[in-house]
Amino acid sequence: MIAIQNVSKLYGQTTVLAGISLTVPAGTTLSLIGPSGCGKSTLLRIVMGLITADEGQVAIDSEVMAPQNRLALRQRMGYVIQSGGLFPHLTAHDNLTLVTRYLGWRVDQENQRIGELCDLTGIDETLLARRPGKLSGGQAQRVSLMRALMLDPPVLLMDEPLGAIDPLVRYELQNDLRSIFRKLSKTVLLVTHDLGEAAFLGDRIALMQEGQVIQDGPVRELLHNPATAFVEQFVTAQRSPLQDL
Amino acid sequence: MRALIHIFVVFISLLSSAALAQPLTIGSKLYTENVLLGHLAAQSLQDAGYPVTHNEQLGGTRILWNALLSGGIDVYPDYTGTISEEILAGQSIDSRQEMVTALSAFGVGVTGNIGFNNTYALGMRREQAEALGIETISDLRAHPGLRFGFSNEFMERQDGWPGVSAEYGLAPLSVTGLDHALAYRGIASGNIDVLDLYSTDPEIAFYDLVALIDDQQFFPDYDAVFLYRNTLPPDAVAALERFAGAIDETAMIAMNAAVKLDQRDDAVVAGEFMDSRFGIVSEQAAIGLWPRFVQNTLDHLTLVSISLGMAIIVAIPMGVLAAKVRALETLLLGISSILQTIPSLALLVLMIPLFGIGALPAIVAMFLYSLLPIVRNTHAGLRQIPAPVMESARALGLPNSLILRRIELPIAIPSILSGIKISAVMNVGVATLGALIGAGGYGQPILTGIRLDNTALILEGAIPAAVLALLVQGLFDLVEKRIR
Repeated sequence: MIAIQNVSKLYGQTTVLAGISLTVPAGTTLSLIGPSGCGKSTLLRIVMGLITADEGQVAIDSEVMAPQNRLALRQRMGYVIQSGGLFPHLTAHDNLTLVTRYLGWRVDQENQRIGELCDLTGIDETLLARRPGKLSGGQAQRVSLMRALMLDPPVLLMDEPLGAIDPLVRYELQNDLRSIFRKLSKTVLLVTHDLGEAAFLGDRIALMQEGQVIQDGPVRELLHNPATAFVEQFVTAQRSPLQDL
Repeated sequence: MRALIHIFVVFISLLSSAALAQPLTIGSKLYTENVLLGHLAAQSLQDAGYPVTHNEQLGGTRILWNALLSGGIDVYPDYTGTISEEILAGQSIDSRQEMVTALSAFGVGVTGNIGFNNTYALGMRREQAEALGIETISDLRAHPGLRFGFSNEFMERQDGWPGVSAEYGLAPLSVTGLDHALAYRGIASGNIDVLDLYSTDPEIAFYDLVALIDDQQFFPDYDAVFLYRNTLPPDAVAALERFAGAIDETAMIAMNAAVKLDQRDDAVVAGEFMDSRFGIVSEQAAIGLWPRFVQNTLDHLTLVSISLGMAIIVAIPMGVLAAKVRALETLLLGISSILQTIPSLALLVLMIPLFGIGALPAIVAMFLYSLLPIVRNTHAGLRQIPAPVMESARALGLPNSLILRRIELPIAIPSILSGIKISAVMNVGVATLGALIGAGGYGQPILTGIRLDNTALILEGAIPAAVLALLVQGLFDLVEKRIR
């Protein structure tokens, strides 16, 4: 479970997050959505412990994030970002084993885990000998997901994981992600700007505006019962390809 | 018991006499006559049983005097006029006794006059002087259009150009500073008209020059002597005093001519004098090209590799600190930038008071000099790592030290390596200046070549230095290609 309590963050005079409280129950997916600059990526980084909040706290499975347990807590969360997150000087395989090597896993343990994850993410194991620069965008994101899942963490944090992927591959990856989330029953916090993706992958959607959560609930609730005019505007600002026909 | 004590005393005195035979270091100035005198002192001290090192053409008066005071050298040849007008400038020295007293305050002793006076003079081409009707220095006042070219030391010294020009009221339009050996080339080719002479220079006759009469008696006497540290044992001092009155002007000009005009080896020429004058025979063979080349190469590589190795060890952590600790960034980059702005020659000379002469000060100077490229490239290489990469590394829950070692430094390696390459190539060049402070290397034949006006010798140092720089560059290019 992810519990975000009253988290605030200022950059200089600018309020980025103003007293955010959100809970992601174990085994569920929450999609964070909102316009650019609403603070959703900052919130994700605070949950990961990459940025410290000015006020409030974050707890992972009721363990509150603090400087002493930050490294240990990070190992219980997998982190996938839009692109460029793989280490360019290491092969895909070494990207996966960097953390397990540090934790002292045996090679056969690593290989077994990599085999499982290749099956799960549908990646050809021979691709792992390549460096990230020699992988396609979709392959690189699958490797990123594998790396995030290496230690089988209960929590996954994803920041626009499919943002830079072309539509056909994205469609396929969205399907794969949903089945993986369900199969592994991970607790997922997913940042996206695409309402369709948020609704497809998330059990709930939290819509943010200017550092605050405006509405938090199932997609139906946002569509049929918008809390503010902004919510209504945001959920209806989706163009259907059939619109002008 | 008495016998035992006796044996003990003999044993101790044997030990102490063995300890007395300490290795001695002799220095000499940049020009041939001084180098010859250095060889003479060395061979005489060797004959007295001392192991001797001769640091040839170490530098000008200041460098040798400071090296003598700091103990970097034990003996060097100098001239009474230089001692009174330059070293002891500000004290009025009117007699030998006053000079001995003033020098002993520095812990320095002086031998009796060697026997010749190598005074300064101003010289011109004979035909030009006659054509213009110039006989005395005063006559120069009427010809401000003449081009004056003086050795660098003469340009600076109170008993040199500043004093002469004031005394005689000379204000020529063109005055250039240049190396003494090159000045003769300059006057022979007509590029300069007036130069400073040492009166024992064999070139005066060779190039048919005239020494202008010092009609105001400005120049003092420059009687050659040896200066030595007062810690020198009496028998070593005696080996130097042996030369008192032993070399007259003719003998000195002959030796200078043998080396400068006949291109003979200076140690051999000194050896012949020792044999004919004192019956002291020693093995003085001119060192062949190949062993000399090997020695210079070894010296050069030692200078470059040690200084570069130390720079790598120190500069990479400095670069990491500069990239990681914001408070240190400006300081560390600033220090290494400032070191780099000091001209390399000045940096070398600045090291002498701290580290004496020889390889050590050269290595320290080159080390300081090669910090900046490595510090700056390490800093830049770490700073250029994309933010998503750093974020992903931290998100894995890895400690900072591991991130630095496994992620940041490996990604920054191409940048760090090109910094090391810049330093290495630069060091190969700077190391040629090391010969100026007795560090040897490819600079040694260049220096000797300039002194003897011998192009082959200059090339003997210049070509390998250039080739080495290219080799180093090529080696690093290869490594860079490998890791990419």
